[in-house]
Amino acid sequence: MNLFSLSATFPRALAALTLACAALAPAARAVTPAEQLAGYTAQAGAPASPARGQQLFTNKHGGEWSCSSCHGAVPIQAGKHASTGKTIGAMAPAFNPERFTDPAKTEKWFRRNCKDVLSRECTAGEKADVLSWLMTLKP
Amino acid sequence: MPYPLHTRIGRLALALLAASGFALPALPVLADGNGRMVPLTPKYKEECSACHVAYPPSLMPAASWNRIMNNLPNHFGTDASLDPATVKELSGWINAHAGTYKRVREEPPQDRITRTAWFIHKHDEVSAATWKRASIKSASNCIACHTTADKGDFNEDNVRIPR
Ligand code: HEC
Ligand code: HEC
Repeated sequence: MNLFSLSATFPRALAALTLACAALAPAARAVTPAEQLAGYTAQAGAPASPARGQQLFTNKHGGEWSCSSCHGAVPIQAGKHASTGKTIGAMAPAFNPERFTDPAKTEKWFRRNCKDVLSRECTAGEKADVLSWLMTLKP
Repeated sequence: MPYPLHTRIGRLALALLAASGFALPALPVLADGNGRMVPLTPKYKEECSACHVAYPPSLMPAASWNRIMNNLPNHFGTDASLDPATVKELSGWINAHAGTYKRVREEPPQDRITRTAWFIHKHDEVSAATWKRASIKSASNCIACHTTADKGDFNEDNVRIPR
């Protein structure tokens, strides 16, 4: 068997199959930032406030870090992890189309990072505020 | 009948994935202590390279990795929590590829690769001032100097110490 011709055809066949699986699989529905904002506002039962969101994002809340420590004060460009130095892609969806399109990922990072910055999880209202502010940032 | 079709395609894709792992030399690979080449799984890269490069499991013994995986909500000063199913999946894979070679068999202090005897020895020419440079920040930031660390490649030929 010729390994080289195999390795050339497998990735293409694999890509096609992966696409087919993705189309058939019920999991991981892609959503838009606006849909997630609507979800959080509905859960909070009150409209979101971009100004409050900016405040939450840039304030240290008595701790060592703010969200801005890793993401920058206006997260329209790549940030740097405050302790590891790793580059973190822009947070504002207008500058990074991958952001806020996977609800499980959004929830995972709100959970972790709110605990790091506020020493507790954020409420649905706070998540709505932050997301609404990020959505006001446009090129 | 979409469901059985989907499972069958999924199984076929898995089989192909396994096969291509052997056929494709371009996959990110790294040598463990025994010189075997071990590709990092997409799941490990997705979950463990968000805040730093994905550290190869072969660089520490299983006992150290298990303590890390059992304490992700308190992970070196940050919350890296994951759902239990993902923790289990990743732990299984890490355990299968953790270091067994004699120089990595010892459990380092704080479960840090950067505190292992071999790490300290390999980096003894890097000065204290160099580690503190803004462009490096931390010894844990392998990719600052090992330009191909994200591919699991720590070969000395690819080391560039930034200013
Ligand atoms: C939310 C961010 C985050 C995530 C996600 C994360 N880590 Fe970390 N990790 C850190 C930080 C911060 C450090 C400490 C870095 C330092 O001291 O400079 C660290 C350090 C480490 C170290 C020690 C490095 C050394 O100094 O030798 C290991 C090992 C490690 N992480 C493994 C993992 C594994 C395995 C995963 C995936 C399950 C993971 N990390 C996910 C933030 C994270
Ligand atoms: C300040 C820059 C710097 C950082 C950060 C750094 N290294 Fe290194 N590393 C070096 C240098 C310099 C060498 C020695 C290269 C030589 O001998 O020519 C080295 C050597 C090594 C070697 C031996 C390579 C060989 O071919 O023998 C390994 C393995 C290694 N480093 C792993 C790591 C890991 C894992 C991390 C992150 C946890 C890391 N390094 C972080 C600079 C760095």
